[in-house]
Amino acid sequence: MRDIAFGQYYPSNSILHRLDPRGKILMLIVFLVLVFCTNNYYSLAVVIFAVVAVVLLSKVPVRLYFKSLKMILFIVLITSFLNLFYGTGEPIFEFWVFKITLAGINNAVFVSVRIFCLILISSTLTFTTSPTDLTDALERLMKPLTIFHVKVHEIAMMMTIALRFVPLLLEETDKIMSAQKARGADMESGNLVHRIKALVPVLIPLFVSAFRRAYELAVAMECRCYQGGEGRTRMKTLHLHKRDYVSVAIIILIISGVVLCNVFLPQVVR
Amino acid sequence: MEFITAQNLVFRYIDEDDEQLNINQAKKVLDDVSFTVKKGEFVALLGHNGCGKSTVAKHLNAMLLPTGGKVYIDSIDTSNETEDFEVRRKVGLVLQNPDNQLVASIVEEDVAFGPENLGIEPKEIRKRVDNALKAVDMYDYKNQPPHKLSGGQKQRVAIAGIIAMEPSCIVLDEPTAMLDPKGREEVIRTIKKLNREQGITIVLITHYMEEAIDADKVIVMDDGKVLTQGTPKEVFSQVELLKRHRLDVPQVTELCYLLRSCGVEIDTLCLHTDECIEKLVEVLK
Repeated sequence: MRDIAFGQYYPSNSILHRLDPRGKILMLIVFLVLVFCTNNYYSLAVVIFAVVAVVLLSKVPVRLYFKSLKMILFIVLITSFLNLFYGTGEPIFEFWVFKITLAGINNAVFVSVRIFCLILISSTLTFTTSPTDLTDALERLMKPLTIFHVKVHEIAMMMTIALRFVPLLLEETDKIMSAQKARGADMESGNLVHRIKALVPVLIPLFVSAFRRAYELAVAMECRCYQGGEGRTRMKTLHLHKRDYVSVAIIILIISGVVLCNVFLPQVVR
Repeated sequence: MEFITAQNLVFRYIDEDDEQLNINQAKKVLDDVSFTVKKGEFVALLGHNGCGKSTVAKHLNAMLLPTGGKVYIDSIDTSNETEDFEVRRKVGLVLQNPDNQLVASIVEEDVAFGPENLGIEPKEIRKRVDNALKAVDMYDYKNQPPHKLSGGQKQRVAIAGIIAMEPSCIVLDEPTAMLDPKGREEVIRTIKKLNREQGITIVLITHYMEEAIDADKVIVMDDGKVLTQGTPKEVFSQVELLKRHRLDVPQVTELCYLLRSCGVEIDTLCLHTDECIEKLVEVLK
């Protein structure tokens, strides 16, 4: 239970760790779009080069990246396998009703490389940004939404509290499980239905205690003069540094690289 | 100068859905409680579970409003609801369970939560957070997540979160009840230090008699009423009264009391272990 690495933050002091989290989120979004804009091997190569550079810059052990890739390996294999057969044109290889074409192979390669890039680049964000920085950055980025009556501060506060209580509730689950086992509850044997049923005596006390905690936390917050987002200031203010501008310049370079390759070189996939 | 004045405080939990219920039928949780706390004083509030101690604590920062009687904080009437914010700024409340009162997942950000709510400038918050963490000796842990700390450390962070709001008074509602002996000692030492060095008024609610012996004033409650109040010596000398209400006295006081009732010539008024040893040595000579 305990080894669920939540948020997956890997503390270090790399240049990526020190970038402004707001910038990182925006750049991630741009990059994700970019990954799906590649339509030939040259632009794909530009993207792969960028991803590898980012991964190396993050100073996070490559082993962790492999771990996050391993989780989706199965999905990637299935989608690329199915994509093999979705292609029109001259079949290279034929077997019963299945035809494999050059376009199909291209599709399969692109799908898998794109998904790998997506995972790698989004893991970089969570590896290099602490959960608190992330929620903080999201709150600031979503600020303009307040004109549409979106409760931005409340959403951010909920995320902060959720992050705070995840380890606490995990620990509590452990304790309740041990307590129920001590009373003879059997959680490790039987079929799936049986095991799910065995979880009920764990979940009920967990919920009761979560509500009790919520009530106490509300009291504690009120004692500390919490009155919602209005009139609230923040201790940490975010400032853009030279490195943030440089990173934006690099992203623009990558975008233009991909666009140039797409426009001037033959298209391989749609 | 009186900082806290509770005048004939009465409190009942009133079930608003039940129209039949007469206001006077609801059980009185607090019944005619009166006491005062001076600025800079260290007051201990003692009593059994369910005697109304926590209810008193919640009246001191306007989390609960009296059904009858008045509570004045620095001459502000707490029943005036527009002054809630002001009252909570002056009186900080630390609760029993440290886990349930920390909001953020990093120590220093949690300490900043209170000042942020008060709308203080970022630079000033930084200064206050650092000072508050140093005051409770938790500065080295400022970047740690709370769930990696021990109970006593968490409770000290909770206290820092209150100090950072710079209140004149801190009310602690059984802050040591869920801690191990080591954590308990850390917290009590911190509280005493804050009282001594920063002149913060302390109201410590507890059921450990030993935590009360160094207080300037002790208030003992039982069943919603004030049983007795005064200096620790005055209060703990009433061994029979406390025993009758199933309350303990500090161990050394009890020892002296028992010796005396067996006919040994010893002064019953002693609270500290050293004091007791001296007296025993005298008797044995």
